[in-house]
Amino acid sequence: MRISRLSILLAYVVLVLGSLVMIFPFLWMLLTSLKPFQEVFDLKLFPQSATLNNYRQVLLETQFPRWFFNSLVVAVITTLSVLFFDSLVGYTLAKLRFPGKGVIFVLILSTLMVPTEMLIIPWYVMSAENGWVNTYWGLLFPGLMSAFGVFLLRQFFQTLPGDLLDAGRMDGLSEFGVFWRVAFPLVRPALAALGIFTFLGNWNAFLWPLVIVQTAEMRTLPVGVALFSGEAGTAWNLIMAASSLAVLPVLLVFLFFQRQIIEGVVLTGVKG
Amino acid sequence: MRLSLARREALWAFAFLLVPLAFFLFIRIWPAFQALWLSLYEWNADPAKRHFVGLEHYQQMLGDKLLRRALVNTLLYTLIGVPAQLVLGLIVALLLNSVERFRDLFRAIYFAPYITPAVAVAWTFSWMLSANFGIVNEILRLLGLPAQPFLQSPQQALLTVTAVIVWQNLGFQVVLFLAGLQNIPREYYEAARIDGADGWALFRHITLPLLNPVIVFSAVIGTIGFLQLFTQVVNLNFTDQGGPLDSTLTLALYIYQQAFSRFELGYAAAITVLLFGIILLITLVQLRLLSRRVEY
Repeated sequence: MRISRLSILLAYVVLVLGSLVMIFPFLWMLLTSLKPFQEVFDLKLFPQSATLNNYRQVLLETQFPRWFFNSLVVAVITTLSVLFFDSLVGYTLAKLRFPGKGVIFVLILSTLMVPTEMLIIPWYVMSAENGWVNTYWGLLFPGLMSAFGVFLLRQFFQTLPGDLLDAGRMDGLSEFGVFWRVAFPLVRPALAALGIFTFLGNWNAFLWPLVIVQTAEMRTLPVGVALFSGEAGTAWNLIMAASSLAVLPVLLVFLFFQRQIIEGVVLTGVKG
Repeated sequence: MRLSLARREALWAFAFLLVPLAFFLFIRIWPAFQALWLSLYEWNADPAKRHFVGLEHYQQMLGDKLLRRALVNTLLYTLIGVPAQLVLGLIVALLLNSVERFRDLFRAIYFAPYITPAVAVAWTFSWMLSANFGIVNEILRLLGLPAQPFLQSPQQALLTVTAVIVWQNLGFQVVLFLAGLQNIPREYYEAARIDGADGWALFRHITLPLLNPVIVFSAVIGTIGFLQLFTQVVNLNFTDQGGPLDSTLTLALYIYQQAFSRFELGYAAAITVLLFGIILLITLVQLRLLSRRVEY
């Protein structure tokens, strides 16, 4: 009994030490972002004269608000599109009978094997030929649907009883009505998980936006922060303010939807 | 004449699939073949100046020392990073599973880095690990340990980048493993204890085999992630991307540089074909090796 008490105490000690390692970078980022430039290299933990000037400078002297807006536009549109189309396809593959179903499913699934790097060059060529470079459409067209989401939602729609859908048909709903009014609301947990991860994935995306964006006002948040930081040199107070501004909204969302997000990982991990 | 029920259902199905199929065909499948086709051309924005070079780019890859460096680095990242995050993730999950209080709080703390933008994480670590003014070296000094060059040293840079990524990915493994552990019925352990099994035997013969599907899943996801490493490498050493002395260069970064800094789109496309092959091969091998059937 004493040994097991000791081992639990030990577990807590290790967990707390690990937590410090996880938290400290966030803390150091925030603390540096509150220091005036003269204090940055003192490496004191807390700022002597804390200031919000760095934030003011980042927000007013760069196009940060615009980058925030761009990321929001891209993430919201791609998330809505993925949720709608992926569930439509997942539903069709799970619940409707039609010739060629197996082939279509394999076709969509096979796209999961192709790494994004392989598609980026053709996407870029396509965008250059069609005038999509440096536009919102160019930023978001590659992410409008996700094969993984189709796969995930198909699994969930398969568990819905057919009687339920037939009841909807009896009530005079069209096939689309059956999908939209009956089936769609029933897979809400899967939609929540897919939605959160699609949003975060697009919010944090770096490679494709870096390729397709050419002017400062079309940058997304990660590209904006990276290129701004690259130009800021040793002004770590400004770089950390920009990083904090990129991190804080995500952490706030996490604080509010912590349970759903973590359950979402488990859901997609176990089903996927 | 009325359509038969089956015909009606099929028509609806095709109507539902029309737009998505167009998307997957033109945005996901066609470009993959286009990458293959591009790799056979010396690319130019002006169609009149494009010319077919056959397998020349693939031949060029054989003699490209920088590509070989990127390839070796990428494999090193994967071989070090994936086992490290699996083992650390498993340890933290086991610890969390053994405690009752504050479990959700700890889990949230470990998970938070996973969802934060990789760009911001990389810049924060780039500041923390700065050789002269980094807080990490300051802490080492306080502990009486020698300061390290970290990202500035060709010997340490790759390991440092790997550590940053493991730091960020750890929470994902923890959450998955913890869920896996909680799915294992307690009776199994109790039955085995009655048979006289000790802690290690319980772990080796119950926990590990029953956790196998989760381990395979996160090994595959982790491997694919490390093979496509780009964002962190670019941002951790922004002024010398892939450096020092190409010691952190990855395949994805090399592809990016060839395609969009040197505009060798054809050659870059050939390297993406190689990356595709590697990812396909490793994923298949991993699924084969790791997903042995679990006997209950």
